[in-house]
Amino acid sequence: MNFAKKIFIILLMIFGLNLSCAVADESAELVVEGQPILTRTKAPSHMENIDEVRSGWTFRIKETQALQMDDFENPGMIFVDKGIDLWNKVEGSKNKSCASCHGDASEFKGLRTVMPKWNASAGALWSMEDHVNNCRTEQMGAEPLKWGKAPMDSIVALIGLQSRGMTMNVKIDGDVQTMWEFGKELFYTRVGQLDMSCANCHEDNYGVMIRADHLSQGQINGFPTYRLKNAKLNSIHARFKGCMKNIRATPYKVGGDEFRALELYVASRGNGLSAETPSVRN
Amino acid sequence: MAKGVKPRIKVPKQASAGEAITIKTLISHKMETGLRKDADGNKIPQSIINRFTCDFNGSNVVDFDMKAGISVNPYFQFEAVVPESGEFKFTWYDDDGSVYEKTKKITVS
Ligand code: HEC
Ligand code: HEC
Repeated sequence: MNFAKKIFIILLMIFGLNLSCAVADESAELVVEGQPILTRTKAPSHMENIDEVRSGWTFRIKETQALQMDDFENPGMIFVDKGIDLWNKVEGSKNKSCASCHGDASEFKGLRTVMPKWNASAGALWSMEDHVNNCRTEQMGAEPLKWGKAPMDSIVALIGLQSRGMTMNVKIDGDVQTMWEFGKELFYTRVGQLDMSCANCHEDNYGVMIRADHLSQGQINGFPTYRLKNAKLNSIHARFKGCMKNIRATPYKVGGDEFRALELYVASRGNGLSAETPSVRN
Repeated sequence: MAKGVKPRIKVPKQASAGEAITIKTLISHKMETGLRKDADGNKIPQSIINRFTCDFNGSNVVDFDMKAGISVNPYFQFEAVVPESGEFKFTWYDDDGSVYEKTKKITVS
């Protein structure tokens, strides 16, 4: 038995009593505004240790699950509204808004399901934030937005929402293969004072309680995610950063190569699930 | 004026006479309590939605009096019995004097 497993079992013994009161409704079906969302499916073939991939939604308690089923109750939609305002706002030296060139955000239907993806002109793996900022600086002559802050997360959520219910399908070979392999390596590398890897929690122990939290597979198909904990949207890289801090590791840089690679690898572990943006978690 | 204020309502379009319908309302508002201080130690003045009302065809349905300490983006959900077709009117009153209004028609069969 490895060290991490032992810690988990000790945690389970200490907090075991919680199990009965904080159960998730694991068999519930997610339907958002009448649209069915696939929250469980066969794991993509590249995954060796998991047969079924599950959305983080299936691990949340009933009340939290309900928030995501009704757009009026989903607080993430408030930020989507802010994203719409920003979408239409004329900024920068060229006097343009996103709408000037892209019309309606629905132009980006499907884009969320293939992100992150290779950008040939930049010769790099791009996240949604890169597209937003590239258009701001190159097309609008405006300042780039800061990753992980409300304006950026809101516009990323607005674009993501257009693909809600569509199947996640990021590419893992070709130009992005090296990054994907790097991401996979990071996912399984132990780091920090607690000497744990993402996999120790999100692969070896999903389904168990870690203190008061029900461990999920660490999927990102619902990002940006509205968290009850901080009452705002949380970006993918901000979530990675939080998890690294929890294991007392020095987080990689938001927007840096490590998190980009990890984003691609983690996204590919969710291939087959529906995009859920904006999801609600605790 | 408070920034980013946006009222939202959810009311069914139709109901049968005498049916209790669920109404959901939410206004995005920062609900500054008046107790916080800025980086220089000066008090940030209170700025909240202090009252919310709902009327149906001119008669009052609910009237909420709100104080500091209510969380951001106040959300109210309540039931109303609709006797006839008509119009709901929702009104939010801001400390800064702004008044936000929304109306919604409902058909009763
Ligand atoms: C002056 C026109 C113009 C403006 C303004 C503009 N864009 Fe773009 N955008 C483009 C063009 C051209 C492309 C495709 C080429 C590229 O990627 O640079 C593009 C590509 C994109 C893509 C990637 C699409 C894909 O399928 O890969 C996203 C996302 C995007 N824009 C978002 C935005 C957002 C958000 C804004 C506002 C902050 C914005 N754009 C403003 C012209 C514009
Ligand atoms: C000590 C255990 C632990 C480790 C190690 C850990 N996490 Fe987490 N992570 C959690 C907990 C607890 C949560 C919140 C509950 C949940 O969704 O699992 C969480 C949530 C997440 C979520 C959000 C899932 C959702 O549905 O919104 C993602 C994504 C995530 N982690 C990624 C990672 C990545 C990437 C790593 C490695 C860098 C990592 N985690 C390492 C404990 C851990």
